[in-house]
Amino acid sequence: MDINTQTAFDVNIPSASTRYKEALRKNWYKFSRNKLSVVGLVIVLAVIVVAVFAPYVAPYPKHAGSFVDYQHANLAPSLTYLLGTDNIGRDILSRIFFAFRGALYMAVLVLVISLPVGVILGLLAGYFKGTWIDTIIMRTTDIFLAVPPLILALAISAVLKPNLTNAMIAVTVMWWPWYTRLVYGMATSLRNEYFVTAAELIGASKFHILFREILPNCLSPIFTKMALDVGWVILLGAALSFVGLGEQPPTPALGQMVSDGSRYMPDLWWMTIFPSLAIIIIILGFNLLGDGIRDMLAKGEHDRG
Amino acid sequence: MTEPIMELKDLKRYFLVHKSGGKQVFVKAVDGVNLTINQGEVMGLVGESGSGKSTLAYAVMGMYKPTGGRIIFKNQDISVSSAKRSLSLKKDLQIVFQDPGSSLNPSQNIKQILELPLKVHGLAKKGDLDKKIIDLLQTVELSPNYMYKSPATMGGGERQMVSIARALATDPSFVILDEPTSALDVSIQAKIINMLLKLQQAKRLTYLFITHDLSLMRNIATRVAIMYLGKVCEMADTVQFFKNPMHPYTRMLLSSIPVVSEEEEALKPQKVVSTGEIPSPVDVPPGCSFHLRCPEKTGLCTKADPVMIEAASGHFVRCHAYAKM
Repeated sequence: MDINTQTAFDVNIPSASTRYKEALRKNWYKFSRNKLSVVGLVIVLAVIVVAVFAPYVAPYPKHAGSFVDYQHANLAPSLTYLLGTDNIGRDILSRIFFAFRGALYMAVLVLVISLPVGVILGLLAGYFKGTWIDTIIMRTTDIFLAVPPLILALAISAVLKPNLTNAMIAVTVMWWPWYTRLVYGMATSLRNEYFVTAAELIGASKFHILFREILPNCLSPIFTKMALDVGWVILLGAALSFVGLGEQPPTPALGQMVSDGSRYMPDLWWMTIFPSLAIIIIILGFNLLGDGIRDMLAKGEHDRG
Repeated sequence: MTEPIMELKDLKRYFLVHKSGGKQVFVKAVDGVNLTINQGEVMGLVGESGSGKSTLAYAVMGMYKPTGGRIIFKNQDISVSSAKRSLSLKKDLQIVFQDPGSSLNPSQNIKQILELPLKVHGLAKKGDLDKKIIDLLQTVELSPNYMYKSPATMGGGERQMVSIARALATDPSFVILDEPTSALDVSIQAKIINMLLKLQQAKRLTYLFITHDLSLMRNIATRVAIMYLGKVCEMADTVQFFKNPMHPYTRMLLSSIPVVSEEEEALKPQKVVSTGEIPSPVDVPPGCSFHLRCPEKTGLCTKADPVMIEAASGHFVRCHAYAKM
């Protein structure tokens, strides 16, 4: 048979929008197979909506600032004040809603900075394993990983002026090495795969190999870790604000509310318990979401078809 | 027609294993190979696992820098690593790997995989890209429907066809096929082999076909070289090679091919019992590296390493038995 006599194929290439819808449907199926992931997604969306629209959804938006109402201080949860009031008469629920803003703001900024930095350094070190690039990046990473995160964050926040920005700087400085380690491990094994070699032999640029051949295969663990990390960054932020190194009063922060309320435990329990529950719910939500993302991005038998 | 396109001159590739007592210990994966491949031929390179045939291919591709010797491609010395090779050389020299599972990026679709060579070498304009990719798919007899499939959803044979399409995308003149069918089902093997041969004819390609399957070589190769412990021990035209195998190792290999009928059995050389296994290339036996397994060994074989001689016209063998004649 002549090579040029081509077989007549039944051509049926799906359009871009069909492919997009199909991918979306498949991903949602994989994500939603575990009902807990959906619960996590709902919690996370709810927290985001509440944080973004806090001035509109909070019952007493003014209570988020320097508001004082001694007549209504120390009230237990009731229909007027769903989660009670604190020692100077501010609505706990409203303050929690506003505290979500700072918490999410911090988590997003920390990850937006530390994730690309960590990932790019990890890719470089992994692909150039055994060269001076690897040595410099990974030894620096080791130094950061050797210091206990909370201690380092405390030290940085303490040296700088205690406020939300400096707490974020502190957390960012200690967060990127985890991404570097994660990506480094994957990149060192992916660089030996034949598809990377094939791209090199075709003559593809280093940029293409790092970001088009290697990086896409690292995305699943990166996104999973990112979703889980939002929770952990918020927890660390809460720990910093608990010891007074985060957002300064009167702006509410979850850790600071727990800390303030703890002086009145156990009689005025709502001042401590509800902000603590808020922290737990946020972290739980992001953890469940992270599990769902991992299921969704996992390559496996379900990709066939 | 018999213009040499690729010449390997005393090619060596050693790997450092460890240092013992201040002495460096090497694996001599490829140890002094001389091989000339002519324009338009299918050179079959056969050997057991560990004989160094893949290392040889990878050195030619520049994945390893040769420890010694030279690689001449189209009268140009290319004995450097691929990082130092020019783009036009990379375009001219391609490889198809054995494992279709790991040679395609699982996070890309077929279109993304096939457009890389076209983009890198500027072989298609933006608007033509889809058409070019469909053309490529059709040269390997795949339907254009595969464009947006992911490698994970495809079978091994289909993936190998995509690998072949990618290797041919740059329109190379020399293609290394590193056991392209050994990971596949027998039925798909035949299909791929036929396709490769058709493409070789149509595009006037030169193949270096690496395999451990001698019977396959009889059907497709124009010349066959046998490798043992990093060295070529016999090389001849395919017809000559199968009619008159000279090296005891070749005869051992040929007689161990499984056959289905008595007639086929009669075609094989006299039964030579295969004994032993390929020794470790770290600790190569002295003298002829094959003497431990050789049924015809003499005192000379344990002492001196034989040299390659032309025992008959175009038939090279590295054995003391033929040196005497």
